[in-house]
Amino acid sequence: MRIENFLRDSARLHPDKTALVAGGRRLSYAQFDAATDRLASSLTQGGIGRGDRMLVFMNNCWEAALSLFAIFKAGATAVPVNPSTKADKLAYMIGNCEAAGILVQERLLPVVLEARAIEPRKLFIAATGSASDGSSGDIAGFEACLAGNDAPVNHGGIDVDLALLIYTSGSTGRPKGVMMSHRNVEAAAGSITTYLENTQHDVILNVLPLAFDYGLYQLLMAVKLGATLVLETSFAFPQAIFDRIREEGVTGFPLVPTMAAMILQMRDLEPDFLPSLRYITNTAAALPPAHIARLRELFPRASIYSMYGLTECKRCTYLPPAELDRRPGSVGIAIPNTEAFVVDDDGKQVPPGVAGQLVIRGPHVMQGYWRNEAETNRMLRPGPNPWEKVLYTGDLFTTDESGFLYFVGRQDDIIKTRGEKVAPKEVEAVLHAHAGIAEATVFGVADPVLGQAIGAVIVRADPGLTEREVIRHCAAHLEDFMVPRLVEFRRELPKTDTGKVSRRLAAETMKAAE
Amino acid sequence: MNQSVRHSIKTFIIDNFLFGDTAYDLQDDVSLIENEIIDSTGVLELVAFIEEQFGFTLADSDIVPANLDSVARITAFVTSHTDAEALSKAPA
Repeated sequence: MRIENFLRDSARLHPDKTALVAGGRRLSYAQFDAATDRLASSLTQGGIGRGDRMLVFMNNCWEAALSLFAIFKAGATAVPVNPSTKADKLAYMIGNCEAAGILVQERLLPVVLEARAIEPRKLFIAATGSASDGSSGDIAGFEACLAGNDAPVNHGGIDVDLALLIYTSGSTGRPKGVMMSHRNVEAAAGSITTYLENTQHDVILNVLPLAFDYGLYQLLMAVKLGATLVLETSFAFPQAIFDRIREEGVTGFPLVPTMAAMILQMRDLEPDFLPSLRYITNTAAALPPAHIARLRELFPRASIYSMYGLTECKRCTYLPPAELDRRPGSVGIAIPNTEAFVVDDDGKQVPPGVAGQLVIRGPHVMQGYWRNEAETNRMLRPGPNPWEKVLYTGDLFTTDESGFLYFVGRQDDIIKTRGEKVAPKEVEAVLHAHAGIAEATVFGVADPVLGQAIGAVIVRADPGLTEREVIRHCAAHLEDFMVPRLVEFRRELPKTDTGKVSRRLAAETMKAAE
Repeated sequence: MNQSVRHSIKTFIIDNFLFGDTAYDLQDDVSLIENEIIDSTGVLELVAFIEEQFGFTLADSDIVPANLDSVARITAFVTSHTDAEALSKAPA
């Protein structure tokens, strides 16, 4: 099934039910369905056709939710982009996926115009707010697009077409576009809502960016279920979010470990202060067992799901809440209708207790990376049957005697900070572009709130260069979560005995110096 | 508006969240969150700064946008607290 049919079906079954609460607006399923039909017509009129890539560059506003479904309804492929992305990376994405258009929030329009100057190509651009009142030339107004023709677009697409292209930090330093078909999304969404025991009566509150697949799927799953999604832009003020949970009777609350750490730092919370919550999910990195125990005290009625996944298949495993006491350090078992197994370097399954690479098999596994055959072949390899490929995750796991999985570590240097993946090479490339920097290496340092903080050890070319100048340079070129928190200048980079620059040594020596 | 409180808050925000970028035109009444000047973990740093600099403890219920989401709001919030404390310490 194609994703836009989630919305059409829910609108037919529950036309008056609230689908979306965001930015002071409440949209029923009927309104959501009609508005996205009109927006899709406007996209078609703007030249967007079946299979075209269309970027969505917005924070968690109602316009972003509408944009995604309108893109599916136009038969195009949605490319959600983190709103803190800077112009040069945006230009790279536009060029890499040969984008046909971009839907952008007013505040971010200058970044789009800068990116278009770097990567000139014909783009259909529609912006929210008053930026598009005609004074910006060829920029269409989002509101005007919402007033389009209300007949559904007949694009002819089927469910093996690409629904999503989600860029993820690549170990080579350039982001890679993960290709997910409509069928992939339906399989993942169906599996996840099965183990979460979701129903149309759920009210899900999402503060995670829609550009991050964990946040994006909260929208896709809510619409598939005919449930209600409360969309918020940030967890900066947890009390304000708790008020929203009480006001809306929220039942489902997805977290990343940084949010859990923020909740646990609060001083005045009483057990059972949010009694409407039926479940809490955590992914991106494992929660420490002490945090799980404290969350269970604060949310005694809620089932807590520890999960693990990567964008390349959306979700790999979950721990059934009943197992939490017995195996608090486990990320569980394969999600329904998929398989997860641990293999050695020859691809053979290893016995319990032996570490190996986690391999994922199922209908949720991506189609590959956009126009990147080498990386695709590294991750997707022949499976047990001649007609299929399985996903080699690059993550090391072990299993216990009952088959429950435990995360051991990564095979590469990817840093996980605030729930997001960061390739050190991407940050190093920005550092090396600074004239005052001779050499730099970037790595993760354990941090109680962020999971890992990004550290950088730098050899200066300009002896006057300050830490703050380095951070400011990074902030101008990288998404917020990629900016180093810890910067240290040294005479040379830490190297192994064979003379190779060592991120591990850099991390260890920075930790020792603290 | 208390100018010294305002100045110290603004300096903290520019130093820590704009990394000393004084070219950025930080208006007193703009939302720090909506404009992505401060993120979620930044709020924790801001709270720690207020507690240390102005010598009072924030309750969880104080950490809300109405008190902390712009330079003007933070100044008003801090001023109301420090004024109340000064009053309570003043001789009867």
